Amino acid sequence: MTNATTTVDHDDHDDHGPAYGITRWITTTNHKDIGTLYLWFAFIMLLTGGTMAMVIRAELFQPGLQFVEPQFFNQMTTMHGLIMVFGAIMPAFVGLANWMLPLMIGAPDMALPRMNNWSFWILPFAFTMLLSTLLMEGGGPAFGWTFYAPLSTTYAPASTDYFIFGVHLMGISSVMGAINVIATILNMRAPGMTLMKMPLFVWTWLITAYLLIAVMPVLAGAVTMMLTDRHFGTSFFDASGGGDPVMFQHIFWFFGHPEVYIMILPAFGIISAIIPTFARKPLFGYSSMVYATGSIAILSFMVWAHHMFTTGMPVAGELYFMYATILISIPTGVKVFNWVTTMWRGSMTFETPMLWALGFIVMFTIGGLSGLMLGVAPVDTQYHDTYFVVAHFHYVLVTGALYSIIAAYYYWVPKWTGNMYNETLGKIHFWWSTIAVNVLFFPQHFLGLAGMPRRIPDYALQFAEFNKISSIGGFAFGLAQLFFLYIIIKTIKGGKKSTDIVWEGATGLEFEALPSPAPYHSFNIAPEVK
Amino acid sequence: MSNVLKKIIPRSQMIKICMVPILMFGFGFAMVPLYDVLCEITGLNGKTGRVEASMVDESDVDTSRTIEVRFLANTGSGLPWSFEPVVTKMDVHPGQLYEAIYRVRSTTDRPTKGQAIPSVSPGIAAQYFDKTECFCFREQDLAGFEVKDMPLKFIIGNDVSDKVEQITLSYTFFSLDKV
Repeated sequence: MTNATTTVDHDDHDDHGPAYGITRWITTTNHKDIGTLYLWFAFIMLLTGGTMAMVIRAELFQPGLQFVEPQFFNQMTTMHGLIMVFGAIMPAFVGLANWMLPLMIGAPDMALPRMNNWSFWILPFAFTMLLSTLLMEGGGPAFGWTFYAPLSTTYAPASTDYFIFGVHLMGISSVMGAINVIATILNMRAPGMTLMKMPLFVWTWLITAYLLIAVMPVLAGAVTMMLTDRHFGTSFFDASGGGDPVMFQHIFWFFGHPEVYIMILPAFGIISAIIPTFARKPLFGYSSMVYATGSIAILSFMVWAHHMFTTGMPVAGELYFMYATILISIPTGVKVFNWVTTMWRGSMTFETPMLWALGFIVMFTIGGLSGLMLGVAPVDTQYHDTYFVVAHFHYVLVTGALYSIIAAYYYWVPKWTGNMYNETLGKIHFWWSTIAVNVLFFPQHFLGLAGMPRRIPDYALQFAEFNKISSIGGFAFGLAQLFFLYIIIKTIKGGKKSTDIVWEGATGLEFEALPSPAPYHSFNIAPEVK
Repeated sequence: MSNVLKKIIPRSQMIKICMVPILMFGFGFAMVPLYDVLCEITGLNGKTGRVEASMVDESDVDTSRTIEVRFLANTGSGLPWSFEPVVTKMDVHPGQLYEAIYRVRSTTDRPTKGQAIPSVSPGIAAQYFDKTECFCFREQDLAGFEVKDMPLKFIIGNDVSDKVEQITLSYTFFSLDKV
C-alpha cells in the first residue's frame, strides 16, 4: 500500500528530542505525548470511578445498610457515572485518536497542536473540581449522572455549581478536541489517501467528532439553564414559574443519546482495525461499514425520547421513538455481520487484542439485544429505571467501549513503546476480566426483570442472592484492572522487543510505514499512498 | 492563524466547523420555545387552552355522552394556605360550558401571594379542555386569614375522543413570596 520513506532522521527543530521533565508534559504539543497524557488520565479515572463502583457493590453485597449512608451512596452512583463517561471512556478514545489518527493518515501531527495541549490540560482541572465536591458541605452531586431537574436544581447541594462548571470545562475540552480531529482528517491526509481509503478508525472518529461538536453545546445549554434556574431567577425547569421538569429531560437526552454513540463509534473503528489483522483478511464491506456508521450517527439524533417513555408521552410519540430506535439496530447489525464475515475463511490466530475484540463482538451484541428490548415502548414501562437498564448499558459500555479500548491498548502498545506486552499475562487479564464482568452484570438483567429499581442503596430481600453474585463479580473485575496496571507498567519498562510491523496480518501506515516505537516526530514528509 | 495553518485549514472550513458548536448552543436554548410551539401545534403538550367567553360555541352540545371531570388541589411547599375544590366531581356534556369552584384559605396572618399551575390527565384530553375564566390565569393575593372562592369556567370540545370517559383537573398553588 505504501512505498515511501518513513521519517526524516533529523529536523532542525528537534536535534534535542523532547524536552525533559515535567515541563515536557505541561507544554507538549506533540500528538504522541498528548495521546499518552489522555490515556494515563483516562486510566486513573477508570480506577477512581472503579473504586466508587466497589463502594456501591460492597454496600449492595448484602441487604441492609452496612457501609455508607444513602446520601453518600447516591453520590457514589452519580460520580461513578460522571467519572466513567466523561473521565474514562471519552478521554481514552481521544487519547487513541491523538496517538493514531496522524499515524494512520500519514500526517506529522494534529492540525492544531497547541489547542490540543489545552484540550487535555483542562481535564485534570475539571475533574479535580468535580471530585472535590465530595468533600464540600452538603456533599457532592447525588442526583445521578443524568442530573434531572428539579432534583439537580431546587433540591441540590451547594456543590452543584462546581459540578456545572466542571461539565462546562469538560465540554469545552471535548469540542476543541473534536474540532482538531475534523480539521486534521479533512486537511492532512497523505496524498493518495482519499476518504474511502482511510482506515475505519479514522472514519469512525471523523463521524464521532461531528457528533461531538453538535451535541456537547446542547449539554452546555442544559447545565447553563440549571445554573440560571438555581441563581438567576429563571424557571426553565420549575413548574411554579411556568417551566417544566420534562423539558430538562428532552434537552438532556437530545445530548445524551448522541453521547452514547460518541462513546461507541470509535470502538467500532478499533474492532474494524483488529479483526482483519488477526483473520489475515481485509475488512469485509468497507463502504457499507462507512455508510452504516454515518446512518447510526444521523439516526442517533432522532431517538432521544426512548429514555422518556414513562414521562406520560402520547402514544404517537411512543410509536415514533420506538420505530426509530429499533431502526438503528439495522446499520449496527450490518457492522456486526461484516466483522463476522471478515473472519469467514480467514487465517485466524487469537492473540490478546483479538480476544478482546472477539469478546466485544459477542458481548456488545448482548448489550444491543437488551437495548432492543428496552426500545419496545410498552414493555419499557416495566424495564425503565430497573437494573435491566443498568445491565444493558454496562454491557455496551464495559464489554463494549472499554473492551475496545483495552483491545486497542494491546494492539498498538508495541507501536507506541517498541515493547511487546507479555502474551500470557495479557490472556490472563482477558479471561479474568471476561468471567468476572459476566458474573457482575449478567445477573443484573434478572434483577431488573424481577423488579429491582436502580440507584438504591438497599433492596428487598428477594434480590439478595443475585446482588451477592454480582458484587463478587465486581470485586473480581476490579482486581483484574489492577492486574492490567501491572501489565501496563511492565510493558513500558521493557520486555520482548516488537518488530516494526508488530502483527503478521497488519496493514495500514502505522504498521507498514513506521518503525516500532514510532519516532517522536513521524511523517515529516508525507508518505505516498497508492 | 499562522501562515502554516492557513495552508492546512481553509478559512471557510474553519468558520463552518466553529459555527456548529456555537449554533447548537443557541439551539439548546431555542428548544425551550420550540417545544412550546411544536407541542401546541400538534396538541401534544398536555396544556389546557384558554378561550374568550364570546368565542364559546354551545350550539352543538353532545348530550349523548357525559365525561366525569374530577377536581384536585395541592399546595406547593412553603405556602400556608388550605386549598380544596368545593365540588370534587361533575358529569359534563362535551360542548357545554360549566363552572367549578375552588376555595382557598390563608392560615397565616401576613399577606401572601400564590400562582396556581394546572395539570390535566389524560394528557391527550388536554387539547380539548378550554377555559374562559380561571384563577390560574393570574396570581392570587390573600390577606391574613382571608378565605376566597375562586371560580373557573370550562368547556370540553365535542370532538374529544370517545375513549375519554374521565378527565382529572389538578391545580398546585405555588408560593410567590420570597422566603
